[in-house]
Amino acid sequence: MGAAVRPNAGPMSLLSISALQKSFRTPEGERKTIVDVPAFTLAAGQQLALRGESGSGKTTFLHLIAGILAADSGSILIDGRDMATLGESGRDRLRAESSGYIFQTFNLLQGYSVLENVMLGMAFGAGSDRAHATAMLERVGLSHRLKHYPRQLSTGQQQRVAVARALANHPKLVLADEPTGNLDHRNARESLALIRETCRENGAALLLVSHDPGVLASFEAVQDFSALNRADQEAAR
Amino acid sequence: MKTIGLIILRSLRQHLLSTTITALSIALAGGLLMSVWVVKVQSQTTFTQVNTGFDAVLGARGSKLQLVLNAIFHLEASPGNLAYSDYEFIRRHPAVKLAIPIAVGDNLRGYRIVGTVPELFSDVEYVPGRKFTFATGTLFNPAAKEAVLGNFVARKLGLHTGDTFHPFHGLIYDEKNQHAESYLVTGILAPSNTPADKVIWIPLHGLQTMTGHDPRAATDVSAVLIQLRSPTAGFMLDMMYNKQGNRLTFAYPIGAIMAELFNKIGWFDQVLTLISYLVALVSAGGVLVAIYNSMAARRRDIAILRALGARRRTIFSAILLEAAAIGLLGMIAAFAAYAVILAGVATVIRNQTGVLLNTWAYNPVMLWAPLGMIALCALGGLLPAWKAYRTDIADNLAPVS
Repeated sequence: MGAAVRPNAGPMSLLSISALQKSFRTPEGERKTIVDVPAFTLAAGQQLALRGESGSGKTTFLHLIAGILAADSGSILIDGRDMATLGESGRDRLRAESSGYIFQTFNLLQGYSVLENVMLGMAFGAGSDRAHATAMLERVGLSHRLKHYPRQLSTGQQQRVAVARALANHPKLVLADEPTGNLDHRNARESLALIRETCRENGAALLLVSHDPGVLASFEAVQDFSALNRADQEAAR
Repeated sequence: MKTIGLIILRSLRQHLLSTTITALSIALAGGLLMSVWVVKVQSQTTFTQVNTGFDAVLGARGSKLQLVLNAIFHLEASPGNLAYSDYEFIRRHPAVKLAIPIAVGDNLRGYRIVGTVPELFSDVEYVPGRKFTFATGTLFNPAAKEAVLGNFVARKLGLHTGDTFHPFHGLIYDEKNQHAESYLVTGILAPSNTPADKVIWIPLHGLQTMTGHDPRAATDVSAVLIQLRSPTAGFMLDMMYNKQGNRLTFAYPIGAIMAELFNKIGWFDQVLTLISYLVALVSAGGVLVAIYNSMAARRRDIAILRALGARRRTIFSAILLEAAAIGLLGMIAAFAAYAVILAGVATVIRNQTGVLLNTWAYNPVMLWAPLGMIALCALGGLLPAWKAYRTDIADNLAPVS
């Protein structure tokens, strides 16, 4: 049963965030703060679920950690390197080298085969390794679908390709954004178990965001994103 | 680089229809550009070098160009005749090495019948080191009603050694103007790739005395083909006939006279070249439009690649190289288009003049046109590449929770 716990901070932290802020300009021209996280840590190999409603800024938070978005201020230390102070190219490199991302809609490249999708998950980091990509796909039960294209797979199989791609580059941190949001109950349960197992096997920490009680219940460590994000608290007042 | 190659290949395949259409338009543009250029250069080079072994032509007073076209290329009407004594005079002139008289005025189904002397076949090298040879049969007897056919005309008319034919009066075929005489084909020349291939050669006397021809001109010749002993002799004879005399025309040097023709039609070359440049430019614009129009569909893929760690410059390079790859594919196909266009043009020129263009001879355009076209296509890819460069990852990775 998931219980709201505070993640451990300390010298073993893989991810350490402090005073992180991100705001956007609204159509009316005002600046609106979406993410305001004073402190957050995630230990190496730890698996943590963040609970939050739609529009609470969870995706923006993950995008900031992945370096897809640049922070306005604060720091995001990943394995000792500060994502928040890097330029875009540096963020791209750090993202390619140290993190994997599982999207709600999987975001597979439709024009590429299953194997190519997984190989592209490595291409911009350490480099493509066909044997390892094949092994990853074998691990998620898709060794017979290497040359298939995403449109030829079921939704559950596409999710498994996304998992294999996120873990192909030996990331230390896997970010998962509502990874079961598009799956039925059975597939969601299986997929979640697969994500957690493969992260464990690869020694990767997992930070998963979801608003699905079923998903959250399967995690030992769950944290409310609204409790973490002061911007969300301000909006609720 | 391997990854960029994969991205380009997959993108080309994903947009196969627009890739194919764009590459085909480049193929046509490139083929046209190379064809126009090669035809221009090759025809100029070939026609200014074709002299069938002679340095000059002597004929009736008139245009030098008309004289050369009539006597060497067997085109155009004869500017008139000259007396046999004029031929005798030039033949004996110490500056002249060889003088071959020709007479025109008849045809066989549109192909010219030219009267001449056996020395044309025995003494003249139509290109250095090569004399006319026979594919079949032998030379005509100058005293008999016999004929030797150029290889091209023999094939076109389906005539063989031993066949006979009746000449027709005039240079333009009219079935009502058939002469009574019958000529026996004694030989077919081997191909020479010169205007001689499309001529029916008969003895000079035979043409001069054909029934229906003016008996008063029975000894006249249409022109005299001349080999000189030295180039200075040509200028001396030019002075004698063209400046001091007013009865005959001495066309010398033949190459320079043909070059004048090309100078006169140079504007036409320029128009054709300009059109082919414009077609090339429009095709490169097609690359821009094709890729730019597909940018909306590509945005998601670009965002995913960026989320996987691809740098902006990687995406920029991939789009730019994709545009260049379309140019490359197009220019590979352009050589096929070039081969088809040139084969057609060469056939027309061969049919009209007997001259064979060397269509696959190396020409620098075969290098700079493909390279230029690929560079132009890459240039056309700049705008879409810039748009791809600016693609925002987060905005294109929906949904947001």
